Amino acid sequence: MVHWTAEEKQLIASLWGKVNVEECGAEALARLLIVYPWTQRFFDNFGNLSSPTAIIGNPKVRAHGKKVLTSFGEAVKNLENLKATYSKLSELHCEKLHVDPENFRLLGDILIIVLAAHFTKDFTPACQATWQKLVGVVAHALAYKYH
Amino acid sequence: MVLSGSDKTNVKGVFAKIGGQVEEYGAEALERMFATYPPTKTYFPHFDVSPGSAQVKAHGKKVAAALVEAANHIDDIATALSKLSDLHAQKLRVDPVNFKLLGQCFLVVVAIHNPSVLTPEVHASLDKFLCAVGSVLTAKYR
Repeated sequence: MVHWTAEEKQLIASLWGKVNVEECGAEALARLLIVYPWTQRFFDNFGNLSSPTAIIGNPKVRAHGKKVLTSFGEAVKNLENLKATYSKLSELHCEKLHVDPENFRLLGDILIIVLAAHFTKDFTPACQATWQKLVGVVAHALAYKYH
Repeated sequence: MVLSGSDKTNVKGVFAKIGGQVEEYGAEALERMFATYPPTKTYFPHFDVSPGSAQVKAHGKKVAAALVEAANHIDDIATALSKLSDLHAQKLRVDPVNFKLLGQCFLVVVAIHNPSVLTPEVHASLDKFLCAVGSVLTAKYR
């Protein structure tokens, strides 16, 4: 069980309250596909991913990015219970989607960069540490049901 | 991981934009690394690693200088950082995983201070560059 201090919970909630989930999600997924192009392997049916411009403008990327980050919002609401929260999604990513959990870590790192660029000075070292912990724990929960 | 022509251009562009601030970026990246990844502090038992530490500032300058050197000799990073590579292999022996952690923190610092510079393409190039530097520094480990 992950322990969250009061300060960490506050840092998570206050930042999340200011996140535009649609924009941030779209950007995070687009950057994942651009910075780590091998992650495109999961998105053969997304159409044109041939260049950064194509990826950023791709409506399926935007939609899926929003979906992914919306799901992340569930983590923010259920910090004490992440494994249960992501149990079904974990099974899905293993059994149906066949996604190597390393990809969750990559997306987490990208999300941190997106948040840093967006919040700049407000993304203090304490904030970064807390959010890096959160993305790590989410990645772990999503990998938990793999077999 | 091979740096393309546009990767090299992007990386040089980033360091040109950052200019003299790069020393502070180095210090801030270290500070963030220690805060975000506490095990990295194990390599600095002889340091005061608290925020604002003069030792961390000084070390940040060294780290930044090495990155600048690599960027200035981006066609042959291995030669440019050869001595540092020897040092890390023979003396420092920092576990390879830690270079990724510092790289992540350096990207965060660039994102915070220059969000408009860090377009997705530049982000990709800088990430590749930082990986390449880490690879060079661990190349002689075994």
